[in-house]
Amino acid sequence: MSKGQSGLGKSTLINTLFKSQVSRKSASWNREEKIPKTVEIKAIGHVIEEGGVKMKLTVIDTPGFGDQINNENCWEPIEKYINEQYEKFLKEEVNIARKKRIPDTRVHCCLYFISPTGHSLRPLDLEFMKHLSKVVNIVPIIAKADTMTLEEKMEFKQRVRKELEVNGIEFYPQKEFDEDLEDKTENDKIRQESMPFAVVGSDKEYQVNGKRVLGRKTPWGIIEVENLTHCEFALLRDFVIRTHLQDLKEVTHNIHYETYRARRLNDNGGLPPGEGVLPPAPASPCPATIAE
Amino acid sequence: MDKEYVGFAALPSQLHRKSVKKGFEFTLMVAGESGLGKSTLINSLFLTDLYKDRLIPDASARLSQTLTIERRGVEIEEEGIKVKLTLVDTPGFGDAVDNGDCWMPVVRFIEEQFEQYLRDESGLNRKNIQDSRVHCCLYFISPFGRGLRPLDVAFLRAVHDKVNIVPVIGKADALTPKETQILKQKIREQLEEQEINIYQFPDCDSDEDEDFKKQDAEMKESIPFAVIGSSTVVRDGATRPVRGRLYPWGAAEVENPHHCDFLNLRRMLVQTHLQDLKEVTHDLLYEGYRARCLQSLARPGARERTGRSKLSRQSATEIPLPMLPLADTEKLIREKDEELRRMQEMLEKMQAQMQQSQGEQSDVL
Repeated sequence: MSKGQSGLGKSTLINTLFKSQVSRKSASWNREEKIPKTVEIKAIGHVIEEGGVKMKLTVIDTPGFGDQINNENCWEPIEKYINEQYEKFLKEEVNIARKKRIPDTRVHCCLYFISPTGHSLRPLDLEFMKHLSKVVNIVPIIAKADTMTLEEKMEFKQRVRKELEVNGIEFYPQKEFDEDLEDKTENDKIRQESMPFAVVGSDKEYQVNGKRVLGRKTPWGIIEVENLTHCEFALLRDFVIRTHLQDLKEVTHNIHYETYRARRLNDNGGLPPGEGVLPPAPASPCPATIAE
Repeated sequence: MDKEYVGFAALPSQLHRKSVKKGFEFTLMVAGESGLGKSTLINSLFLTDLYKDRLIPDASARLSQTLTIERRGVEIEEEGIKVKLTLVDTPGFGDAVDNGDCWMPVVRFIEEQFEQYLRDESGLNRKNIQDSRVHCCLYFISPFGRGLRPLDVAFLRAVHDKVNIVPVIGKADALTPKETQILKQKIREQLEEQEINIYQFPDCDSDEDEDFKKQDAEMKESIPFAVIGSSTVVRDGATRPVRGRLYPWGAAEVENPHHCDFLNLRRMLVQTHLQDLKEVTHDLLYEGYRARCLQSLARPGARERTGRSKLSRQSATEIPLPMLPLADTEKLIREKDEELRRMQEMLEKMQAQMQQSQGEQSDVL
């Protein structure tokens, strides 16, 4: 899922990440395209393949987020959507006749796009991340990072990290879910040095030093997307796809979903959702069949 | 005998001398969301460091911050011409989660300046009217959006009949040339659609030379100006050091017309249209305000005191204008301040003269 104000390059970045046109760009600067009045949730599914491995990728975009004059509670539709997916999964799970592979529409990762102001996080960013880091894995990214020089980038990242820490926002990879020491050291390095990744996205190719590279051409130079000295796109891609994809799914299933499930069962008096009010019999068989 | 030459051809130079002695005043307002490079641009425009001791608040501090209006003054001098520049800044604009009506303090501020001028003009002692009216508002639009946002539109509509608006795209180095063109086009369309009146450059006189006309046309076409600001100097290889921003892939130069419209903006604001901005503020915007104000007072309620026919500039003083507390004493204080400043200047000049003549005397001896 990708979040952030319009124009921060979300669609372009998604396309760059998966090297295919998986994200429908709001037809760049389309005249009829107006900023939607409320936050919309658009989910598009794709099947992409690489080296014989097929992946069903669903990209959820949220146009309209943070664009209004009054953005109070604009995260609520998103929170609701995420919880709805958990609910769907839960309902499938508690069925008597369960499907062999429950269709998983849960959101495994939320890429939050931070505007590269160079100053600090916006109050809206803080509010959103505070609310949503409890229900989904959030990976904060600094969008359109080609507007910052190296020093500005370093300073901004540090400030953002500090602000997230001070406000108790746990972004992915969360410290408390590190399984062993190896994980911890690896993740610590990512958490304290690289994140939030400062990225630049592009779907246009240019010739640089005899190679065709994805980049942006400005009068003062060409910004190469996959060049680590220019931006951290390659780090983000490796992180989300090559190394931590499975972990993102596991944390979503084992932690976020379980939290949701426990809350729902508690609310329902220890019964699975949808069942009638049974007399509180201590030897009720239901909880046993659900717990795996 | 030279019958045809009376001598009033020397009038312009008399005017010139007087204006130079009087000095020039200009009040510039900058508005727009934080992080769009406003302060850096101002420093670049006037080659000063107006924002030296600046502390940028973090997000949690901004959660509770409301919009404030800050005024900074600086005196700049160039080749004997003095300009007293007042900069009005609006930190906190658009920062909150709910930005409803966040532009009201700005509108009130602009109106207060008009109000003050109206009272001064209508007062009995009109010798030293201080013009604190806002002559121009540089409104910064984000390069990251898709044109004007709802907040931008709301602000511009609230102030476009009270101040000269010059729209500017900040941090233009985020955009490739093509993206810049598309964004400018979009913004121009939106401005027209929303019927927002930005400052209109007057057409140049037909007797100006071709170069000037071409420059003028170019300038009009590049609105809104896409600018980059910087106070750091970069050494780009073999070329001479220029002000710019150094990236791993190259250096974006502030004063390079192929990189951004900074030069156009500076030329427009300072070199060619400063006086016009002041005139439009006075002749159009202020007069509009004044007419609205006086008309609203000439309605029932005030009619017993002054009939519409008797409404003159003199009688305006008797009508209770929207009250500013302690306005008169403030005015007196300001007048005295100005007098003091002038006396100080004269004193310094006399001292310098005395030192000079003393030096000469000692030489003679």
